[in-house]
Amino acid sequence: MTVGDMSKVATTNGTEPATPSKGSKRAGAVANWADERLGLGTAMKKNLRKVFPDHWSFMLGEVALWSFVVLLLTGVFLTLWFDPSMAEVEYNGSYDPLRGVHMSAAFASTVDISFDVRGGLLMRQMHHWAAMIFIASMMIHLLRVYLTGAFRKPREINWLIGCMLLLLGTIEGFTGYSLPDDLLSGTGVRAADGFMKATPVIGTYMSFFLFGGEFPGDSIIPRFYAMHILLIPGLLLALIAAHMLLLVYHKHTQWPGPGRTEKNVVGFPMLPVYMAKAGGFFFIVFGVTALMGGLFSINNVWKLGPYDPSKVTAGSQPDWYMGWPDGLLRVIPAWETHLWGHTVSWNVMLPILVAPPLLLVILMLLPFLEAWITGDKREHHLLQRPRNAPTRTGIMAGLMTFYGLAWAAGGNDIIAIKMDLSINQITYFMRGALFIGPVIAFFIARRWCVSLQRHDEEKLLHGYESGVLVRSPDGGYAEKHLPLPEGKAYTLTARDNDPEIDEIDESDSSLSGRQLRKARLRQRLQKLYFADNVQKPTAEELQESAEHAEHELHELETQIANGPNKHGPAEH
Amino acid sequence: MRLLNRSAGRLSRHRRGPIAGLVVLLLGLLLTGGLYAAFSPAQADTAAEQEELVKEGRELFLVGCAFCHGQNGEGVLTQGGSQYGPALTDVGAAAVDFQVGTGRMPMAQPGAQAPRKEVVYNERETAALAAYVATLGTGPAIPDEELYSTEGMEEDELNELVSRGGQIFLANCTACHNFEGSGGAMPRGGYAPKIRGVDAKHIYEAMLTGPQSMDTFSDGNIPPEDKKAVIAYLEMLDEQPGYAGFSFGGLGPVSEGIIAWLVGLGVPVAFAVWIAAHTTRSSKKKDEAQA
Repeated sequence: MTVGDMSKVATTNGTEPATPSKGSKRAGAVANWADERLGLGTAMKKNLRKVFPDHWSFMLGEVALWSFVVLLLTGVFLTLWFDPSMAEVEYNGSYDPLRGVHMSAAFASTVDISFDVRGGLLMRQMHHWAAMIFIASMMIHLLRVYLTGAFRKPREINWLIGCMLLLLGTIEGFTGYSLPDDLLSGTGVRAADGFMKATPVIGTYMSFFLFGGEFPGDSIIPRFYAMHILLIPGLLLALIAAHMLLLVYHKHTQWPGPGRTEKNVVGFPMLPVYMAKAGGFFFIVFGVTALMGGLFSINNVWKLGPYDPSKVTAGSQPDWYMGWPDGLLRVIPAWETHLWGHTVSWNVMLPILVAPPLLLVILMLLPFLEAWITGDKREHHLLQRPRNAPTRTGIMAGLMTFYGLAWAAGGNDIIAIKMDLSINQITYFMRGALFIGPVIAFFIARRWCVSLQRHDEEKLLHGYESGVLVRSPDGGYAEKHLPLPEGKAYTLTARDNDPEIDEIDESDSSLSGRQLRKARLRQRLQKLYFADNVQKPTAEELQESAEHAEHELHELETQIANGPNKHGPAEH
Repeated sequence: MRLLNRSAGRLSRHRRGPIAGLVVLLLGLLLTGGLYAAFSPAQADTAAEQEELVKEGRELFLVGCAFCHGQNGEGVLTQGGSQYGPALTDVGAAAVDFQVGTGRMPMAQPGAQAPRKEVVYNERETAALAAYVATLGTGPAIPDEELYSTEGMEEDELNELVSRGGQIFLANCTACHNFEGSGGAMPRGGYAPKIRGVDAKHIYEAMLTGPQSMDTFSDGNIPPEDKKAVIAYLEMLDEQPGYAGFSFGGLGPVSEGIIAWLVGLGVPVAFAVWIAAHTTRSSKKKDEAQA
């Protein structure tokens, strides 16, 4: 079906059915042939007209989708030359400084891809950059969904799928980072081996199972390869499909505004508008990764050389998304317990085996915790501005601060040399800041939101600052406020007031002690959750303020007409 | 020396000529030999000249170094018992040539580490200081140029040297100095400095004497020919083109992560804002009229 046909359909509201324009008979015949055999017409009829709302923040997840497509395309290219084997070979390719050096076949083929395969280095770097962008865009997409309340009923399952995508993307990234078997990634795999071995009782068994014996063995690269190109991409694809099917089923959320309700979606149809926008956006993401792959170096394995357990380099860091557990690992004190001749390494277990899974669980529970506290069981398709859920925004600010500080701690050595600081002082600072920082961030963000809510209320009740300064007969200056345009006022008030705090019937004998305690806890949390929030003004208050504004405007006009300055009121 | 290198660079376009090798060899020998003889006081012919140099060095030492290192280089202790300035009795001329020749000494202020800065003493004065400190005890002498210079080596020989040097470098140096020699952090505000673009002589001396928190790589540890191999590898890194593009300081994944967020994510988000701001409506005016 061509775009020409669609424009024919789109431009008429008449009762006559659309007729195909001249010259499209062949396309029509093909479409008809396909429709009769595949039933495409029925399936596409609805979905081609599916409406999506327009907002830049709705395209953040799309960056993740398109960078995943780039990953698939460049990844397939790389599989054609990469040799996932740890067999020892002597390098004899065209990079002189490594000639004669013994290395694994995996590393040798990575250097070959970089120097002897046409376009290989570009593909390698595009693949790596796209992976970094993939996970980064998933994270800002997650932030958008959380901060606008898009995770609320009915989208909780999609939130969970998204969390799984983030986890799988991270594992996929780590396995891919490890495949070249260079000095940096080998150090990372050695660290992973240590993390597994820090698991009490079964640690060594897990390590031997994964590596097929003692580290490094000769199985880890082929095993990571199978995970990296088959298992995890398969799961990722399946979950992405589920994520997007649910998106279509739920319909996209939208910002409140005139004409937008919980029961409709205001926007543009899939074809041709979103087909063009999203399709165009793919080429932009592709272009950005291609430019980065061509211009910006990433992971110059030939300088790192092949992995050798006796070597290590300063600035050994994982890729950015593994930076925050690494940061926790770098700042934790050397806590160990010795029990009956066994060492329990709290200094490895807490930052690596406990903190990341714990944070993932907290992330996954966020929608359910909020729903339990607020008692909100309704469906939501209109988004909330972050300021209109101050506690929620504060929680995310706290989590982001924790993440950010741990992340920065992961680069403590680079920070130390680039900012002339002592690595020890950075470590001591982080030990405190990791606990205090999130709390401070929570209160600042929450208070900030309440202030913004108050500002909104002020705009609704007292109008916006007009920029017109009026001097009173006494010589004092005052800025006149003008009422908001109706559309804007509607948008600001298109939100729900907070619900009443639950009353607990203490005399209800049917409640057991446990149920009562639970109810009391919930009530307390509810009070904390909604405390200080500003409720939107009532219709009467708005009416009153509109009348007041009209009166004031009239007064202002009179003043200007009678005063020495007769330029008239400013236009808006 | 710089002028000499530059003219050698101009000549290099004739390097494939039939007698080029011979001419270069002769010129190189004549020039380096002549200049070395003329300017290198360490090779001073007579004992009298040497004695003069030591005397000169002693004068300079008393003015510029004795405050921290003591009037006879015996070192000065603080009241707390730690070193104010270490004893220089057995450091040798190579250590002085490195510390003074890279501007690390004299220190401008006490600190975690003496940073590389503008050189204070000229070549003659540096040589005089080195000659004086060498008389205080034992210690390595300033290395001869043939120990660290890779000039005039056959290409195959040089390639082999570079490849061996890379492995020695990765095994012994990268743990502190990073895989491209970009430098790294050390405890308590110390750091392993960037070692790219450093004079071959100074790299050799650093390995030999182990300045500040660096280990000493004596000739028993890393023999002179291996030291030369490391220097050859570093020189190769300096000359190597950036095959992969801009490298953002060669610091590894941290700078790559910053670029991924700022450029890799920043640019698509900027485009997203742009795309979402352009609807299918024909003009902004009409859009506002509808609203």
